[in-house]
Amino acid sequence: MNLTQHEINGYCIVQINEERVDAHNSGELKERILDLIEQGNLNIIVQLDQVKFVDSSGLGALLAGYKQASAKAGKLALANMQQQVLSMFELTRLNRVFEIYNDVDEVFAGES
Amino acid sequence: MDNTDIQVDVIIPTQTKYLDLIGSIGERIGKEIDNYTGDKKALAYQLNLVLTEATTNAIKHSAGGRSPVKGEDKVRITINIQDDILEIKVYDHGQGFDLENVPIPDFDHPQEGGMGIYFIRTLMDSVSYKRLDEVNVLEIRKKLR
Repeated sequence: MNLTQHEINGYCIVQINEERVDAHNSGELKERILDLIEQGNLNIIVQLDQVKFVDSSGLGALLAGYKQASAKAGKLALANMQQQVLSMFELTRLNRVFEIYNDVDEVFAGES
Repeated sequence: MDNTDIQVDVIIPTQTKYLDLIGSIGERIGKEIDNYTGDKKALAYQLNLVLTEATTNAIKHSAGGRSPVKGEDKVRITINIQDDILEIKVYDHGQGFDLENVPIPDFDHPQEGGMGIYFIRTLMDSVSYKRLDEVNVLEIRKKLR
C-alpha cells in the first residue's frame, strides 16, 4: 500500500497512491490510518484521486479510521474522489457518514 | 456457440494478490460486450466489483485454517455470457456459509464487514450458494439489457 502524507493547517493529508483498494491491501490501509490516529493525528483528510476502484473491504478500512478518529473527537474526511468510487459510498449510504470534499481547498474554505 | 458468446474459466491460488487479475478480467469484459446498450463503464466497474467480492469470499472460506488438501488451495471462477445472460460461478472448498442468513447492512449504524454480499445482491439479478459433492459454488446471474 503506497501512501504519502503531509500536513496543512493542522490536518494530516493522506494520499493513497494506488489505483485499486481491495482485500489485498485494505488491511494495511486500515493499520496505517489507525497508526496515524494513535500518533495523535486526529484530523485526517484522505485523498482518493488516484483510486479508480474500491471494494467493500476498502470502504471498511476507511470506516474504521472514521470511527476511531471520531471516538477521539477528531475527524476523518475524504477528498478528490472519482465518480465511480463515490457511487460505492452512495450505494452503502456511507456518503451520509463521511464528509466528502471536492478537494483539500474546499475543506479549509468551509473553516474560514 | 454464438459469435458474441464469451466463456472464461480461470483457476487461481487462494491468495488476495490475484483479486486484481480476476477483477480486471471482469472489467475488460464489461467494456467490450457488444450487445449491451446501458452504461458500459458502470457495468465494467460492477463486474470488477462482483468478481472481486465473490473471489474474496471464496478465499476467506477456503480450507478454514486447515492445511489444504489437493485442490483446496485454488479458487475456480467461470464467467459465461450467452444470449445476454451473464453467469458467474465461483467455487470454494471451505465449510460453506448460509447465504440466506447474511443480513443486509444496517445503514444507520454502518459496520466494517458484511457489505460484499450486499454489493453482489444489489448489482446482480440473482445469487445462490450451494454445496455440490466436494465443493461449494456461488452462482451469480444478471440479464444484460
